[in-house]
Amino acid sequence: MKVMALTGNEAVAEAMRQINPDVVAAYPITPQTELMHKFAEFVADGLVDTEMVLVESEHSALSATVGASAAGVRAMTATSSQGLALMWEILYIAAGLRLPIVMAVVNRALSAPINIHGDHSDTMGARDSGWIQIFSENAQEAYDNTIIAVRVAEHPEVLLPVMVTMDGFIISHTMERVEVLDDEVVRNFIGEYNPRYKLLDVENPVTFGPLDLQDYYFEHKRAQAEAMENAYRFIKEVDEEFYKISGRRYQYVEPYEIDDADVVLISLGSTAGTIKDVVDNLRLKGMRVGALKIRLYRPFPRDEVIEYLSNASVIGVMDRAIAFGAPYGPVCLDVKSVLQGTKFSELPVVNYIYGLGGRDIRPGDIERIFIELDKVRISGEVPKSPRFIGVRGEEDYFEKVKRLVKN
Amino acid sequence: MSELKKWYELPVGGLIIEPGSAVKYKTGSWRTFKPVLDRSKCNDCLICWIYCPDNSILVNDGKMVGFDYDHCKGCGICAEVCPDKAKAISMVLEHQ
Repeated sequence: MKVMALTGNEAVAEAMRQINPDVVAAYPITPQTELMHKFAEFVADGLVDTEMVLVESEHSALSATVGASAAGVRAMTATSSQGLALMWEILYIAAGLRLPIVMAVVNRALSAPINIHGDHSDTMGARDSGWIQIFSENAQEAYDNTIIAVRVAEHPEVLLPVMVTMDGFIISHTMERVEVLDDEVVRNFIGEYNPRYKLLDVENPVTFGPLDLQDYYFEHKRAQAEAMENAYRFIKEVDEEFYKISGRRYQYVEPYEIDDADVVLISLGSTAGTIKDVVDNLRLKGMRVGALKIRLYRPFPRDEVIEYLSNASVIGVMDRAIAFGAPYGPVCLDVKSVLQGTKFSELPVVNYIYGLGGRDIRPGDIERIFIELDKVRISGEVPKSPRFIGVRGEEDYFEKVKRLVKN
Repeated sequence: MSELKKWYELPVGGLIIEPGSAVKYKTGSWRTFKPVLDRSKCNDCLICWIYCPDNSILVNDGKMVGFDYDHCKGCGICAEVCPDKAKAISMVLEHQ
């Protein structure tokens, strides 16, 4: 083990160097560019055996990755935002063909208007595409999750592609202290990749992606749904094995000061770190607040969310994306749906949409959220949500509309 | 076709793991029109056999003997390419 100063992008590139994938196909897009830039250096310096395919678009990047994975080798890629959007068609193909591709996604806002900064709109849109999604709070987690993802994807009972995400710029371009495992430890952890079916195994010919009509398509989709269930079951085993080699124990969700917390705030990615700081500060002032970070977003950690929320009186859910036209943001929809039908279905849940296009979320913002949630706890009055945090005009808009209606 | 399998009995990812299995997948029910051969007009030039996209022209000992109706989708190419002098193949509505 050694300690290195790495940005999130460099940390994932370092993990990829140690994974030494057979094929990487990629196209540059901010803020992922630096990741592939770094990895391409490793290829040029002969530090990996990877066949690096420089393609003309992200549609091709994931297509080439799918082709390589179907051929029977370990294949990876990385993207952001519009790149992920352009991969759309192939996302479903990778998942449907059950190809264990690992892709780093450096979260960035979606156009229009064009914006290069971090929010979760890109991967939230892909949440039902059949990919496992693991969110990272910092560079260390991005590194660890990338290595874990290889084992998760290739688990014989899972065989699904995995997105490992980190917040654009906030994590991808911030240099942090990262504990890097020895190359050999990573190599032994991920093991040899030897898939059961390979397109290039001419002795045992197979067909990938044949026509599948009314008589069988549904059965294949049912099997794919079960693979997600298996992922939910087996990822904890891989996490446990990773703990043994790294000393870092990951769970599907990470509770923070939650045991006696009246108010719990749920979040994903880098914001979870800020929330933990605010929790510490508010606890010093005597407020019983806690936080729950969702690390594994797909499959959704339904049992863990219920378990950790069971002592709470009020819940806040932070969404760094809008699900346009839906009653709440995507994370809140999931949280509310798992609470529904349990004895916690009456728990007040307030949804906060924040940080779009890289808009800062400051400790003061989170403190105000906790104070508002505490008021909900005392008064029992749940504000109309989603609430938009940190956007100008939100304070007086409804007053203004009311006045207009009166006149 | 053999009995339909359950979802947990299938190979992963919709893969077909057995070569040459397309013969088991009977597509004849897709037809609207079916080709019919007038043996008396056929001179066994086998142009239909060359053009058939579904290997559905049955040939025995160099002679055109009929159609594989389990797999013929009724595209009509055989009737179209059958030389004008012969016109041994005609397309008729499936249920006539």
